[in-house]
Amino acid sequence: MTTIDRDAFKFSDAKLIVGLEVHVQLKTDTKLFCGCSTQFGSAPNTQTCPVCTGMPGTLPVLNEKALELAIKTGLALNCEIARYTKWDRKNYFYPDLPKGYQISQFDQPVCGEGFVEAKIPKSEEPARKVRLERAHLEEDAGKSVHDESGKGGASRIDLNRTGTPLLEIVTKPDIRSAEEAKAFLSELKLILEYIAVSDCNMQEGSLRCDANVNLHIEADGESIATPIVEIKNLNSFRAAERAITFESKRQFKEWKKSGKTINDAPKQTHGWDDNAQKTIVQREKEDSADYRYFPDPDLIAVVISEEQIKQSENSLGDLPAAIRTKLREDYGLNEYDSDVIVSAGRPMVDYFRAVADGAGKDGKPNGKMASNWVGQEVMRYLNEHTTTIEEYPVSADSLADLLSRISAGEVDQTRAKEVLAEMLSSGCDAKAAFDKLGIVKVDSADLDALCQQLIEENPAIVEEIRGGKVKAVGSLIGKARQINPNVNPGTLRESLLRIIGL
Amino acid sequence: MSVLQSSIAQIASQVSAGELTARACVEESIAQLRQQNESLNVMISDCEEQALAEADSVDEKISAGKAVGPLAGVPVAIKDGICTRGLRTTAGSKMLEGFVPPYDATIVERLRDAGAICIGKTNLDEFAMGSSTEHSHFGVTKNPWSGECVAGGSSGGSAAAVASGIAPASIGSDTGGSIRQPASFCGITGIKPTYGRVSRYGLIAFASSLDQIGPMARSARDCAVLTNVLCGHDPKDSTSARNEVPDFVAACDQDLKGLRVGICKQHFEEGLDGSVKTSVIDAIKQLEELGAETVEIDLPHNSHAVATYYVVAPCEASSNLSRFDGVRYTSREKADDLIGMYSQTRKVNFGDEVMRRILLGTYSLSSGYDHELYKKASQVRRLIKNDYDAAFKSVDLIAGPTVPTTAFKIGEHAQDPLAMYLADIYTASANLAGVPGISLPCGFSPEGMPIGLQLQANMFCESELFRAAHQLQTHSDWHTKRPA
Repeated sequence: MTTIDRDAFKFSDAKLIVGLEVHVQLKTDTKLFCGCSTQFGSAPNTQTCPVCTGMPGTLPVLNEKALELAIKTGLALNCEIARYTKWDRKNYFYPDLPKGYQISQFDQPVCGEGFVEAKIPKSEEPARKVRLERAHLEEDAGKSVHDESGKGGASRIDLNRTGTPLLEIVTKPDIRSAEEAKAFLSELKLILEYIAVSDCNMQEGSLRCDANVNLHIEADGESIATPIVEIKNLNSFRAAERAITFESKRQFKEWKKSGKTINDAPKQTHGWDDNAQKTIVQREKEDSADYRYFPDPDLIAVVISEEQIKQSENSLGDLPAAIRTKLREDYGLNEYDSDVIVSAGRPMVDYFRAVADGAGKDGKPNGKMASNWVGQEVMRYLNEHTTTIEEYPVSADSLADLLSRISAGEVDQTRAKEVLAEMLSSGCDAKAAFDKLGIVKVDSADLDALCQQLIEENPAIVEEIRGGKVKAVGSLIGKARQINPNVNPGTLRESLLRIIGL
Repeated sequence: MSVLQSSIAQIASQVSAGELTARACVEESIAQLRQQNESLNVMISDCEEQALAEADSVDEKISAGKAVGPLAGVPVAIKDGICTRGLRTTAGSKMLEGFVPPYDATIVERLRDAGAICIGKTNLDEFAMGSSTEHSHFGVTKNPWSGECVAGGSSGGSAAAVASGIAPASIGSDTGGSIRQPASFCGITGIKPTYGRVSRYGLIAFASSLDQIGPMARSARDCAVLTNVLCGHDPKDSTSARNEVPDFVAACDQDLKGLRVGICKQHFEEGLDGSVKTSVIDAIKQLEELGAETVEIDLPHNSHAVATYYVVAPCEASSNLSRFDGVRYTSREKADDLIGMYSQTRKVNFGDEVMRRILLGTYSLSSGYDHELYKKASQVRRLIKNDYDAAFKSVDLIAGPTVPTTAFKIGEHAQDPLAMYLADIYTASANLAGVPGISLPCGFSPEGMPIGLQLQANMFCESELFRAAHQLQTHSDWHTKRPA
C-alpha cells in the first residue's frame, strides 16, 4: 500500500456524495391502519384508539386512501409501481412505538426505482436526474416529550401522530452538492404539492429529511471514501443545505487529520443543531440495530391492478416540469419567469394561464405581458398581504381585460397600475375602475388641440427641440399629463413632434 | 337435575319460549362455578353481577316479545386471552394482571348479540403458550376427570369448564392445538375452524398467522350452533375471510354415505399410546359402518410440523409480545433507565415458558439466522400445506388421534419442555396449513381418562367435520360421559 500525503489535498479535490431519505406525511383524513384523525396540533393523546395505541388483541386495517396517494406519488416521481406489495414489521423498542414494531415495507415496497430532475436555480448547469431507489409506506411513531428543565421530570408520550401514514422516499447517492440537495428537495416538494398528496409542512413535520453524506477523494488512481454520516433532524431546506456543507467540510478535515476511511469506521448518526449550525454525534452504528423484519401476519399483501394505476395516472394532472416547458414553448416565457410562476404552485399557474389567454389576441396568448403583471404586481401584493392567489381580489378575467385595454392603447402602463390598485381596493372590474378614475380615450382632435396649447405655452422648450434636443419633448409630455392624465404618452409624443414639424 | 344438562339449542329454545329464564341458567352456572372452581381452578375472573344483569336483559327482551338470538340465555365461559370490555383480561400473565380492555373482541359482541351470557374468563397457559395450563400466573387448572392430571392447554380452563358442567359452552383459541388437545384431555368436543373463519379482533395474539378462535362444548351439534354464531367476515380483521358461512347445524344431519376419510399412516407411528390407538381405530371403523369409505393417504411433511411450528410461532410471538414493555397498560417495574425498566418489567412479569419462546423467536428472526430458521420454516410450512392440498383431492376428511396420549400428570413435563411440545404433534400441522380440525371423545384409557379423535377437513369445509362428528355422536355415547 502506498502512503498518501493527505496534506497535499485541497477540499476541491473531494467529491461530495449525498443520498437523501425523505419522509412525507400523506394527506389522509385518517391514520394508516385505524380510523383516528391525522389532524395536527390537537391536545396530546386525544386522537388515539385501541389500535394505534397498540392495545393487546387489536388489529390493523389498511387505509386504502394512503395506498392511492402512494401510487400517485410514485407515478409523479417516475417510479415503477409494484403490482404486488406487502407489509413487514420492523421490530424495535421505543416508548413512543406502542406495538414494539413499526408496520413498514421491507423488500417489496409500493414504489420501485424512479427519478426527479433537479436544477440548481440561476446556475448554468442543466437539470440533473437524481435517481430514486424506492418509496415505501409506513406508519409514523408517536412523540416523546422529555423534561428539559434539568429537574429530571418524567418523559411524556403523545400518541396522536402514531400511525399517521408516511411515504419514505429514498434516493440513490446521486446528489453532488448541498445546492443540488436543496434543489432536489424543492422540486420534490413542488411535485408533492402539485399532486396534492401532502401538506409538505416542515414545521409540522409533514416533510422530514435525513441525509447520508460522505466524500470520495481521488488519490493515486483510486477513490478513497470517507465514513458515511447520516444527518437527522433536517427540518428545513436551508438546514439541509447548511448541514451538508458543514458535514462535507468536517469530513474533509477529519480525513486529513485521521485518514480514516469508510473501511475504518462504521456509519454514524449525527443530528443537525440549527442554532449552533453544526452536526453532533448521536450514535455510532457499530451494533447496528437488527430490526428482525418479517412479513406482518396481521395484514394481507396488496395486489395493485393496472386499472388502479391508470386511474392514478389520470388524476395526476400536469407536473411542474411539463408546465415549465409549456410556459416556455406556448407562452414565450424565459426559463426564469416560467420557474417563478411554476414555483408559486398550481393555482398560480392556472391564474397565469387564464390571464395570458384572456389578454391574448387571435388565439395567441400574451404570455410576456401576463408574466410581467402576474410576476410583479400580483405576486408583490400576495407577499405584502401574506395571502394566496386563491384569495387575490382581482379575477384572472378582470386582469386579462385590463391587459387587453393596455394593448389596445386605452391606458398606459403607469396609469394601468392605478387602475389595478383601484380594482384591488374596491373590488370592481377594469371598466368600472376606468370610470372611477375618469379614464376615457382621448380622440385625435382633442390630442391635437392639447399639443397646440402646449406648443404655444412653451416656446422655449419647442426651440430646444427644434434645435435638436428631441429629449426635451419629455417635459412637454409631463405637462400634458398634468392637464389630461388620460393621454397616451406614446401617441402624444408622435403628435407633438409632428406638429412641431420634426 | 341441572337446567344446563340439555343441548345448547334446547336451552336457547326453552329460554326463548319463556319456559326457562336466562337468569336461572346463569344462576346454575354460577352455583357450579362456586362449588368447583376452588378445586379445579377453571376461572381467572368471574363476573357474577354483570352476567346476572345481562341475563335479566335477555329475559326482559323475551317478555317484551322482542327477538333473541340462537344462544339466548346460554352461559359461555370465555378464554382469558380474549378481550372483554370492562372485564379484566390477563392472558394468564402477571404482565396483564390489571388490564381491563376498553373494547370487546368481535366474537364477544357476536355472542352477546346471539343472547349468550359470559360467565367468566377461563384459565390458560400464559399468552396461550403451553399444552397443559400449568404455565399460568394464576395457577394450574385441574382435569375434571382426575385432579392429578392436567386439563391440557392452552385452553385448559375452557375445556374443564365444559367437562365439569360449569358452563355448557366455552370459547378457546387454537394456535397449535390449544382447543383440540384440551378437548381431547377433558372428554369434550372442540373445533378449530379454518384460519380466517372467525375474527381474531380482540384475541391477544400469540402467533397471528396460526391463531384461531373456536368453540368447545359437549357435542359436535352444540359446537355447530356456536360456530354458526362465531363465523363471518369482520372489517376489523384484515385476515378474516369473506367466504359465505353455511349452516353448520344443518350439515350435522347429513349421513356419511360416500364420505371419503383419509387415514394418514404417520398418525399411527411410534409414540402413540396403545389405548389411544385402539379407540381411534374403533372410531374409524364406526365411520366405515356408517357408510364412509377409508383411504390411506400420505402427508410426507407431517413429521416436520412440530419443528416448523416451534420456529414460526415463537417468531411471531417475539414480535407480538413486544408491546408488553411497561410503558402503557401493563405492569411496570422501576429501574434507573429505560433499558433497565424494559428488562426488569419483562423479566418480572413474563413466565419462563413465555421468555423461552420470545428468546427462540428473537433468535430465529435475527439477521444471519433468519434464512436458516424463519424463512426455511416458512418454506416447510408451504410444503405441509401442499400435502394437505394433495390429500384433499382424494378425501373429504382426515381421521386420526388428536394427541398421542391421554392427559398427563401435573408436573410430569416440567423439566422437559420438548416432551410437552410433542403433545402438538398431530394438531400443529392444521394451524400451519390453515385447515379446520375437530376433536371429539372416542373412548377412555384403562385409567379412565378420555381419548380424542381428530378429524381434519379442507379449508372452509367445516361442514364435513360437523357431519362426521355428529353422525358418530348419534351412534355412540362417549360424548355423554361425565366425570364423577
